[in-house]
Amino acid sequence: MNEIQVTVLFFAAARDATATESTTELLAENTRLADLRTVLFTRWPQLARYGSALLWAVNNQYASSDVCLRAGDVVACFPPVSGG
Amino acid sequence: MISLTDQDIDIAGLTDLVRHDSAGAVVVFLGTVREFTRGVQTKSLEYTAYAEMARVSLQQLEAEARQRFPIIEVGIIHRTGALSLGDVSVAIAVSTPHRAEAFAAGQWIIDTLKIRVPIWKKEHYSDGREEWQHPGLPSPTESLGAPSEIPNFAADRIAAKDSAGDQ
Repeated sequence: MNEIQVTVLFFAAARDATATESTTELLAENTRLADLRTVLFTRWPQLARYGSALLWAVNNQYASSDVCLRAGDVVACFPPVSGG
Repeated sequence: MISLTDQDIDIAGLTDLVRHDSAGAVVVFLGTVREFTRGVQTKSLEYTAYAEMARVSLQQLEAEARQRFPIIEVGIIHRTGALSLGDVSVAIAVSTPHRAEAFAAGQWIIDTLKIRVPIWKKEHYSDGREEWQHPGLPSPTESLGAPSEIPNFAADRIAAKDSAGDQ
């Protein structure tokens, strides 16, 4: 099965929870964002505790859980925003 | 015009940018660093952005505002970095033919920016504590719970908040 590579960026409290700014993931083709979320939550329980409060974006746009990831996608994971 | 900057915001320059002969009103909104929030004293604030997405998000905000309101010109500038009490963290200037539309557009832009644009502030309190401001996020001291089994992803939630804000 072909694999795709995606980059995941973490911000603010999500970055504190993972203690990393980014990670590169090798995933099966047609992996959904929800599947990647499960992988990351398993690796970082401190991130998982934020659960459904986290926001997710793919290539600078907010994304829904059923979106299929593609090679080279940049995924971002962050807590609710507080600008203004 | 949108901008993300680590420099002081030029409020007069931003205001001049949106002034226009066909405008009957210019409304300027400034968000400033407040000293007391719910009785807790702030010493300074630090704003961090996912800069690339924040610029895209601000551009989309401007485009949508122009669809919703009869905007002649609009400028949105958001700060990053360390801010002191009283400093301007965000400035929005908007011009329209009549004042009611300018007030409404300015209100919609700041309300929507605060929900959508990926920028976060960290409070530095006078007692030495630091804390990210993440509305709705469980605090680090709360007990660990199982993550929700129901996917509640950003796009759905942002859409829900937007429509709630319209009511």
